Amino acid sequence: MPQNYVPIFLFLAVVGILIPVTLLIARIIRTQSPNRVKLMPYECGIDPYDSARGRYTVRFYIIAILFVVFDVETIFLFPWAVKFKALGRFGLIEMLVFLGILIVGYVWIWKKGALEWV
Amino acid sequence: MPNFIMSYLGSTVTPGEAGNQFWALIYVLIIFAGVSVAVICMNWIERKALAHFQVRLGPMRVGPHGLLQPIADALKLMLKEDIIPSEADQFVFWVAPLIGLLAAFTVYTVIPFGPSQAVSDMNIGILFMLGVSSLGVLGIVVAGWASNSHYPLIGALRSSAQMVSYEVAMGLAVVSAILMTSLNASGTGTLSMIGIVQAQQQQGVWFIFKFFPLGLIAFVIFAIAMVAETNRAPFDMAEAESELTAGYHTEYSGLRWSLFMLAEYAAMIAVSSIAVTLWLGGWMRPFPNLLNAPAWDFIFSLFPGLTFLGLAAIAFVGTARMPADSFFKIQRIGLAVFAALLGFIALLLLAIAVAGRFADASVGARFRDGIDYIYWFVLKVAVFMYLFIWYRATWPRYRFDQLMKIGWKVMLPISLGVLVVTAIVGVIVS
Repeated sequence: MPQNYVPIFLFLAVVGILIPVTLLIARIIRTQSPNRVKLMPYECGIDPYDSARGRYTVRFYIIAILFVVFDVETIFLFPWAVKFKALGRFGLIEMLVFLGILIVGYVWIWKKGALEWV
Repeated sequence: MPNFIMSYLGSTVTPGEAGNQFWALIYVLIIFAGVSVAVICMNWIERKALAHFQVRLGPMRVGPHGLLQPIADALKLMLKEDIIPSEADQFVFWVAPLIGLLAAFTVYTVIPFGPSQAVSDMNIGILFMLGVSSLGVLGIVVAGWASNSHYPLIGALRSSAQMVSYEVAMGLAVVSAILMTSLNASGTGTLSMIGIVQAQQQQGVWFIFKFFPLGLIAFVIFAIAMVAETNRAPFDMAEAESELTAGYHTEYSGLRWSLFMLAEYAAMIAVSSIAVTLWLGGWMRPFPNLLNAPAWDFIFSLFPGLTFLGLAAIAFVGTARMPADSFFKIQRIGLAVFAALLGFIALLLLAIAVAGRFADASVGARFRDGIDYIYWFVLKVAVFMYLFIWYRATWPRYRFDQLMKIGWKVMLPISLGVLVVTAIVGVIVS
C-alpha cells in the first residue's frame, strides 16, 4: 500500500536536514586556514606527479560485468522463492533449468580465467 | 496522558501502515537518535574490547574508564579544520559522505524491532533493504573519485569490487531464507521483514535451524558476506592502512570524515539486523513454543530490567574499585551517578514488567511486550556487533586476490548449492 512508502521520504528528509545542519554548525565554530601545501593531494609527503584520474586495471570492469549478470539472476530468483511451495515441482524444475544455463556460463567463466586476479 | 499517545502505544500496526506520518516521524527521530547513540557506545566498546584483546587498558583518562572518550572525540572532530583538496571536485566531494549516510540510514525504515515496532512494513521489505544498503557503495566510489588522489581512488575501486562480489553470495543466501517462508499452508512466502519473522513464529523454528545444516550454511554465508559488505576486518581492503593509508577517505578530515565512520557503523547495525530478522527469529525471545506458560512470559519479560541491573552492578563495582586518591574524586562521583542512572532505568523496566503482568491485553501489557521485543532484537544485534570486534581482533587481513577468490570461487558455488538443495528438500517435504 502506498502509505507504507511515505516514511522512506521522512527518513531521507531527517538525515538530509540534520547532517548538513551539523556540518554548518561545525563550520561556524572551527578554525579554517588553508594553504597550498595543505590542499595538495596526500601522497605520503612526495609531490603528486600526475592526476589520479588515469587508467587502472581492467579487472574491475570484468568484476562489475560479472556482478550484473549474477545479481540480475538473483533478482529473478526472488519471485520464485516467494511462490516456492505453490509452484511446487514444476517451479523447481523450471528454476533448475534456469540455474543450469547460468552454471554452464559460470563454469565457462571460471575455465576462461575471468575469476583469476593476477 | 493524552488519549492519542495511549492509542499510539496500544497500536497493533506500524505507523506507516496506519498512514500516521506524524507518529512515523517520531519513530524516525527515535531511531536516528538511537542509532547515533549506539554508534557512540560501539566506538567506546570497540576501543575497550580491542585494547583488552591486546592486553592493554584502552582509553582511561577521559571520564571514568574512558566513558566520555567518544564525546571528546566528537568535539575534537567538530573543531578540526576541514580540508577539501584543491584538485578535488568540490561538489561531489561534499555530497559523497551524505550518499553513504542516506543509504545506511534509510534501511532503518523497514527494520522490525517488533510486530508493530517498525517505522513501516513494506511488502518488498527485504528487497528494499538489500537494494538501498548496496547504494552505500556509491558513496564510497564517489568519495574516492572526487578526491582526485591515488590512494582514495584505489581504495574506492577495491572496496566497490569487493562489495559487489560478496553481494551475489549474500543475495543467494537471502533467497534460500525467503524460500523457507513459503513452506506454510497457503504456499505463499513473503518479502516483508515483519512477515519473515512471523513465518518463523508460525513454523515454530528459527530459519537457522530449519532443514538442519542447510539453514545454518546459508546463515554462515550471509554472516561472512556481511563482514565483506561493510568493509570490516578481515576484509577491510578498502582502508588497509599498511598499503593505502586510509583508503577512500584518505583526503577527508574533521566532521566530514566522521560521517563515513557513522555510515560504516550504521551499515553494520543494518546488516546485522537483516541477519537477525532472516535467521535468528527477529524480535522473538528464546523458545517461545516450548516455554509458553504465562509464568515463562513473565520471567522472560524481566530480562531487560535484569540486564540493566547487571550493568549497574558492574558500574558500582567499578566505582568501589577506583583508587581512593582524591585525584580520582570527580571520576568516582561520575561513575557512581552513571551506575545510579543505569539502576534507575533497571527499576523502571522491572516496574513496567511487573505492572504489565497485571494489566491484561491493555495498553500496559502491549507496552511491556513492545519493550520485550525491542530488547531481544537489540540483544541479538549486539551479539553481532561484538562479533565484528572479535573478528577484527583475531584475524589478519586478506590479500586482495584471495578475497576475490573466496568471493567468486567459494562463497558463490556454496550459496548456489545450498539454494538448490534447500529447494529440493523443500519440495520433497511439502
